[in-house]
Amino acid sequence: MMLNAENRKTALLLIPIILVLAGYVLYPSIETTIESFQRDGTATLKNYGDFFGSKASSNLEALWNSVYISILSVLFSALIGVPLAFIFNRYDFPGRKFFSGAAIMPIVLPSLVGVMSFMFLYGEAGLVPNAFKDLFNLSKVPFSIGGVPGILLVHAYTMYPYFYMTCSSAINNIDPSLEDAAYNLGSNRWTVFWKVTFPLLTPALVAASLLVFMVSMASFSAPFLLAGGFRVLSLQIYFSKINGNLEMAATQSVILSVVSISFLLFMRWFQNRRDYRMASKGIGAHRSEVSNPFLKWTMVCLGIVAMIILLLPHATLLILSLVPEGTWTWQIYPTTFNLENYILLFKDTSIWDPVRNSLFMAFVASLGCFAFGIITSYALVKRKFIGKNLLDILVMIPWALPATVVGMNLILAFNKPTPFSFGQTLVGTFWILPLAYFVRFIPLVVRSTSAVLEQLDDSIEEAAQNLGAKWFYTFRKIVLPIIMPGVLSGTLLAFVQAVGEFPTSVLLYTLSNRPISIEIMNQLRMFNLGQAAAYGMIQVGLIAVVLFISYKFLGVKSEKTM
Amino acid sequence: MSAVNLSNITKKFGNVTAVKELDLKIEEGEFFTFLGPSGCGKTTTLRMIAGFYYPTAGKVKFNDRDMTTVPPEKRNTGMVFQNYALFPHMTVAENVAFGLKVRKLERSKVKEKVKEVLGKVRLEKFIDRQVSQLSGGQQQRVALARALAIEPDILLLDEPLSNLDARLRDEMRTEILRLQRDYGITTIYVTHDQVEALSMSDRIAVFNEGRCQQIGTPTEIYNDPVNDFVAEFIGETNLYNVAYENNRLHCADLGMDIQVEEPLDERLRNQELKISIRPEAVKVSDEEITGLNVLRGKVKIVQFTGAAVHTLIELSKGVQLKVTTLNEGPFTYLQEGVEVVLQLPPEKIRVVPSIRERA
Repeated sequence: MMLNAENRKTALLLIPIILVLAGYVLYPSIETTIESFQRDGTATLKNYGDFFGSKASSNLEALWNSVYISILSVLFSALIGVPLAFIFNRYDFPGRKFFSGAAIMPIVLPSLVGVMSFMFLYGEAGLVPNAFKDLFNLSKVPFSIGGVPGILLVHAYTMYPYFYMTCSSAINNIDPSLEDAAYNLGSNRWTVFWKVTFPLLTPALVAASLLVFMVSMASFSAPFLLAGGFRVLSLQIYFSKINGNLEMAATQSVILSVVSISFLLFMRWFQNRRDYRMASKGIGAHRSEVSNPFLKWTMVCLGIVAMIILLLPHATLLILSLVPEGTWTWQIYPTTFNLENYILLFKDTSIWDPVRNSLFMAFVASLGCFAFGIITSYALVKRKFIGKNLLDILVMIPWALPATVVGMNLILAFNKPTPFSFGQTLVGTFWILPLAYFVRFIPLVVRSTSAVLEQLDDSIEEAAQNLGAKWFYTFRKIVLPIIMPGVLSGTLLAFVQAVGEFPTSVLLYTLSNRPISIEIMNQLRMFNLGQAAAYGMIQVGLIAVVLFISYKFLGVKSEKTM
Repeated sequence: MSAVNLSNITKKFGNVTAVKELDLKIEEGEFFTFLGPSGCGKTTTLRMIAGFYYPTAGKVKFNDRDMTTVPPEKRNTGMVFQNYALFPHMTVAENVAFGLKVRKLERSKVKEKVKEVLGKVRLEKFIDRQVSQLSGGQQQRVALARALAIEPDILLLDEPLSNLDARLRDEMRTEILRLQRDYGITTIYVTHDQVEALSMSDRIAVFNEGRCQQIGTPTEIYNDPVNDFVAEFIGETNLYNVAYENNRLHCADLGMDIQVEEPLDERLRNQELKISIRPEAVKVSDEEITGLNVLRGKVKIVQFTGAAVHTLIELSKGVQLKVTTLNEGPFTYLQEGVEVVLQLPPEKIRVVPSIRERA
């Protein structure tokens, strides 16, 4: 029977997918779970007792801190992102297009680099507080960020684009005739907003809130650099590991995983709910021109101020990257500027090595994501099999898991020889980091590939088959070329994120594969801010290039790049 | 070219039976239409012929070859999909050449053939265009050309005109017929549009709820429907319940016995029955008519459509009759509210079994 041939094909596709997921996602998570139930080689619940018990109240405190920081991050991000989305998509004023483009600029700053430039700007030795001190002849800096407000500021800055982007696309998808209908039926602006517009936006708002909550639960760089003595869960894992208490690190990982995975499941449930989007024909943006000149120029001025604040971190990074080592010590402002930091990259191998390592490891990882992403998305979107939902969840787990947890999972799984590492101990070798990057960014590539595959009508493949093409020929000549832009944009994004990846790197790096992010930390520790900034600029440049390519050549809209 | 023989085909999806015990033979060179409302099993049947589904039971044969479980790529059928399914990353020529390249034809032959087929569908000028730059009607022609280029044994058309606007639809109807006659190819056409079915087909199979209700030429289907579903689905008709008692057909709705030309078939006598009369068969007059089956009524709505005038007449409370007359000038139109006399000519009345639930 040919039916079996179809099933055979599906099975053949599924075998590598399941092997990879079982080996590098499921097995490490299970190892961590097992470890969390062990103390000195015997099975016990002691670790959880310690976590929740009175003995180590710091853990419970960290969990609570993580949750409340995340809630506040959601709130602040929404407060910035939602009004911006409304202003830029509903009103027309000079420079609107430019401002709306600038509004997504935080996404080109990798998290570690972003936090770093915030420290340069607003930290204890930062440029802005010291400028105030200098200007007003104060004896101390008037303010500096750090602790919880610092973390929240960085979170709001880096995470409001999630709200801005999802809200913008939701606003643009609202059929203007719905609001017109409400006006026609006699509602005023207020009622129209609360009874029509806002309810239509709620799915987008909820989705963005969940996303920001998860991202900030997982946030590592900001607390790492800014928290001081303040504890959050993702950081506690790192400290437990550094102190050699792997069992506690495993326990903390399990608890953070449970929170994250329940959020993932909740989000899936929410998104699969039938929502009330309608396919209306000819939705056009309808922006009302701001005609009141006073209002108009106030908006423009606000736009300019907001833009300066938004782009200040980028500018600082650029300027500081031009400050050579040893020229900025006691002065308030740097005085010497040249390209030495960039020239050193090519002259000094110890400075170039981290860049080479990062590029190579990110390349290997994204190559893996590319191949794995294509096969997996194809199986998930175009093939029928039992357990598809489960596979889909399994694929998304690395996305839901905080990077610190992914790192811990890999440590606990591959600190001994396993069949999945071909009998090698991976921890402490070069290859553990590319593997970590690969696992981390599987979901990104799978999602961008699935999005284009879902657009591909089944009848296209059927037409090729009908014309006599075998499955593999159809896949090569029809499916691949059509989905390639989506796959490439996902892979490129995975590549740049892998280049900037910090949390897994800090847990897993060795001397031989020291990536850029680790070197940034080293340079900061040596107060060589210029070199650290130059490394940051490399990452920013790479991300900008990739976004440009995706937008220009792969036809991907900026809001799809997350 | 092939004849298609479906014997006792059943297709189930889980618990749902999409096609039930279908027996069908399509002759070589025939233009055969599957007609029915959505969800009636017509597309499922087409896809079983193309090989995208395999029947749960029964056999599919092309001539004498058993094709029941042959994969689609080995069937040599040419299919035109409802949304055309053109390869978006290829030009018109590349689309048409696809099937030929798969068949490993020489490069020069492929080129020649592509040109020839595109000539047939009158798209020579667009040979190097991207398919996205074409209009709906042009895309439709590319899809046809692509299917015809491989010289298929059977041409399969799945609601090919449903995405076109009315005027283009008329044009493409003629175009498809012309190509089919040119190539003399066995063609199976799926549609829910009875005008398409009646005007294009050599024979029609009417489907409902997974069962084939009737197979016949367009005139047979229209003039002699086998049951009330077919009568109502193809064309407009007036249907009334009748009861067969003591050799008479009594119609309670019309309040009279109905006289028909031929005596009622033995097999129908114990079934629920309806009479069907087409609107254009009803005689209507504002003067007295003598003869059989004469009724009276009041004109409710007059609808002018150009070539014809549709009149809705109320016979008694809740009982209505549709009448269609040719437009023979302003003097012949009936006025709304006027009392009229009607006649149902016995030779135009069909008595059919009722398979629909009574409302």
